[in-house]
Amino acid sequence: MNADVPRGRWEIFVETFFRQDLIDEYSGAILQGMVVTIEIAILVVLCGLALGLVLAMIRAYRVWAINVVITVFVDVLRALPPLVLILLVYFGLPLVGLNFSSFVVLWLVLTLVLAAFAEEIFWAGILSVHKGQWEAARSTGLGFSETLAYIIIPQAVRMTVAPLTNRTIAITKNTALGTVIGVSEILNQATTAQSFSGSATPLMMGAIAYIVLFIPIVALGRWIETRFAWRRA
Amino acid sequence: MPEEVPVLQVDGISKSFDGVEVVSNVSLKIYSGETISILGPSGSGKSTLLRCINWLEKPDRGDVYLAGKRVGRKEDDQLMSDHELASVRTQMGMVFQSFNLWPHFTVLQNVIEAPVHVLGVSKDDAVVRGEHLLEKVGLEAKRDAYPYSLSGGQKQRVAIARALAMSPTVMLFDEPTSALDPELVGSVLQVMHDLRDSGMTMVVVSHEMRFAREAADRIVFMSDGIILEEGTPEEIFKAPKHRRTQEFVAEISR
Repeated sequence: MNADVPRGRWEIFVETFFRQDLIDEYSGAILQGMVVTIEIAILVVLCGLALGLVLAMIRAYRVWAINVVITVFVDVLRALPPLVLILLVYFGLPLVGLNFSSFVVLWLVLTLVLAAFAEEIFWAGILSVHKGQWEAARSTGLGFSETLAYIIIPQAVRMTVAPLTNRTIAITKNTALGTVIGVSEILNQATTAQSFSGSATPLMMGAIAYIVLFIPIVALGRWIETRFAWRRA
Repeated sequence: MPEEVPVLQVDGISKSFDGVEVVSNVSLKIYSGETISILGPSGSGKSTLLRCINWLEKPDRGDVYLAGKRVGRKEDDQLMSDHELASVRTQMGMVFQSFNLWPHFTVLQNVIEAPVHVLGVSKDDAVVRGEHLLEKVGLEAKRDAYPYSLSGGQKQRVAIARALAMSPTVMLFDEPTSALDPELVGSVLQVMHDLRDSGMTMVVVSHEMRFAREAADRIVFMSDGIILEEGTPEEIFKAPKHRRTQEFVAEISR
């Protein structure tokens, strides 16, 4: 590069964030990171939402002792920053003889965090189903569990799609926190490449990878919201 | 002739909310094929009494017997389990003021849900019977509609079909027409008239005087949680004995 020729700001910008040779060199690594991010994201969303729903359903039985446990679990996990929990689990569990890979730790922590938030959202949904819906079901002879499963939960889930989608996206993006414990997801690949190359280009590639990954999910969320925004009887 | 066992017997039912007794020691016998109309001013405890009959509200004292069998408690006074109570409730259909149709189900699904999941009827059989019931209430064309698209009167007729789908021995109506626009009341009352004529045993809590007068075999007048007076429509409307009943009849026939 010829230092005698003054370069325009635009060239400096492109040179910093979009160097073609680095894009060529590191796109493979970023793609690998995307695969890992997608794997964790899918596992977290499936397990977190399922666990959250199960906890909310258990809570509906209103067994005092069990509900105290659920409430404490949910409140603690909602209060803790996920990063703190990730570090605590990753560096703490080996000291008591439990060794999990960084991938498993990230999956486990984010699943529990999503489950906690999802439980609260599902629970609010269950409570917002009108009492008359329960009574109509019970009067036809449906038992408590049948009423919960067939009548209440389907309505509660539809009502909670919007907050649930937002929360799910927010927590899934936290897969980036995995970089601090060395999970080779997008951000980890990008920062590694950045320290090798000394350029911000890999970070920009990482950012674009997140956008490519999450814009469709945000759009899907919006579609689900309109799909389930059915009129209440 | 041996004394007939009442289909429904209410024996000394009391129920309080927050220390206020809403139903006080009410007893009532309803025989097969009878239509009973429970009248009375707002807050007289009629709806609570009805809800105590199928234990949607647990009575504080007293018992309900369905065809001679105790409801809600077992022989040894223990509360029935959720499952046992549910099984008794299948024999008592209930229709609510606010319809309470399940909005995530179509009309037909509303009607077949309980027969399939409670009685274990096959889906095909339940559909055949469900369609027949919808025809009876004049809504066979709406089988695939969702509740939000129906008028109040149509919703209530679906709710009646849903209750009938369990082939109950008694039908309980809790102010079935109170939430309806006046022009929609007729279609629901017509279905109730038909049901009465088919021999169904019915307990109707309602402000619908015309129905009480024309369809009830017996009128029960409640006030402040107790039954003040019981009699044929003729007796209650033409010659009410109690002052409160006289006032009520005068008020509503104005």
